[in-house]
Amino acid sequence: MAVYSTSEFRSGLKVMLDGDPCSILENEFVKPGKGQAFNRVRMRNLKTGRVWERTFKSGDSLEGADVVDVTMQYLYNDGEHWHFMTPETFEQCQADEMIVGDAARWLREQDNCVVTLYNGAPLAVTPPNHVELEIAETDPGMRGDTATGGTKPAKLVTGAVVKVPLFLNVGDVVRVDTRTGEYLSRARE
Amino acid sequence: MTDWRPSAPRDALVRRARLLAGIRAFFAARAVLEIDVPVLGQTGVTDVHIDNLVVAGEPPGYLQSSPEYFLKRLLAVHPQPVYYLGKAFRAGERGRLHNPEFTLLEWYRPGWDDRQLMDEVETLLRNLGAAGAAPCPRLDYGTCFRDALGLDPHAAADSELREQAAAAADQPAVRWRDEPRAICLDLLFSLKVEPRLPTGVVFVTAYPACQAALARVVDTPDGVPVARRFEVFLNRVELANGYWELTDADEQRRRFAADGELRAALGKPVRPADERLLAALAAGLPDCAGVALGVDRLLMQLLGAGHIRDVLTFAEG
Repeated sequence: MAVYSTSEFRSGLKVMLDGDPCSILENEFVKPGKGQAFNRVRMRNLKTGRVWERTFKSGDSLEGADVVDVTMQYLYNDGEHWHFMTPETFEQCQADEMIVGDAARWLREQDNCVVTLYNGAPLAVTPPNHVELEIAETDPGMRGDTATGGTKPAKLVTGAVVKVPLFLNVGDVVRVDTRTGEYLSRARE
Repeated sequence: MTDWRPSAPRDALVRRARLLAGIRAFFAARAVLEIDVPVLGQTGVTDVHIDNLVVAGEPPGYLQSSPEYFLKRLLAVHPQPVYYLGKAFRAGERGRLHNPEFTLLEWYRPGWDDRQLMDEVETLLRNLGAAGAAPCPRLDYGTCFRDALGLDPHAAADSELREQAAAAADQPAVRWRDEPRAICLDLLFSLKVEPRLPTGVVFVTAYPACQAALARVVDTPDGVPVARRFEVFLNRVELANGYWELTDADEQRRRFAADGELRAALGKPVRPADERLLAALAAGLPDCAGVALGVDRLLMQLLGAGHIRDVLTFAEG
């Protein structure tokens, strides 16, 4: 694996730190006029999700991490593992609940998502930022109440619960931001 | 698309022009002579943590990291107050407060010491609208350090400083076990002391002897050797660095040699000392105080800019 010096640390670069793969978030150059230069680096530990802030002497280096993001299709869940496939190569991999985490609430079979591979094995699963999902359960819609801005909980077909406007019904398709879990709009179909 | 436009907005250009004019008017009124020195010299600096931009050629040229050596050579012949306002260059320095090419104001006052010069820096900053009417505090480096870290920067053992530096950097202690004292102090001051300084213009004085650079080292009444060096902070951003200048050629030669040893130990190229400067010191540099001030950073503060590129006319430099 390549070795990266502090001056090459850019947002998104994947490096190894304390044996864990990390993604660099921010890199700030700090230097007293006559003194040693440092880099204050914020990075996310890709295994734990925790954010670390470390200071390096400028010119220090870290080994790159073999981490790649691959767009894959979610196939099915066998009760224990989630199975994914690269559409072009038909290569498959499986991931457990620890790795899939929150993404499970947004994925329907055959949907595309990004699987982060570390040394070839899944490390994390990220759903698309916006998904369109059908409402499976919610209180009956209240016609004419589009102006008050009231909301009610709705359970989607994937199991996620989001707050939706009062006028929506079971069977309606809604557009949701998976990063915030917020309802965005009613989908056209 | 190629981004060819100037990076600074028009009001930043106007403020820069006014700032440069204001600086020149200040010194003209005080009979300090503007000196136009070369930015391309035949030697660079030995400073451990300052790298010159080297211009290929035979012999190679060095873009000057400050006008200091030229101005001191000039003072050895014409002992009068002088200033330089222009570009300086430092390789590899790029960030929110750094750009490899930047605008520097540097001036020298023969016959003055660092305390008199601090008063003039304060007056200049007030004139330029960067300081209010209230007197700007002079803070002791050691006191600031003790308040922030509970550690005496002059007396603490190297091992204590390394331990605290490793903790501040959130690095395993083993990575800091060989760090020189000065580097530990740099880190601790930047990360732990600076964020606690008062806002506005603040002078920090009496630096540890290992951070003397080109300042005289004198003993305090308690017998602690401290550098007659000061730094100016504006809203916790380092703005200027001044010395009661070292004029002893032999001591200067020893410090250059010590720089070389530290450079070698850190695996950096060792630069030859500037023999012309040493010859000028031997011929006789008048007692003087000097200070260098980052003009881009001052402009950032005056405009409330968050990044140096917001005040640079063309930020690709």
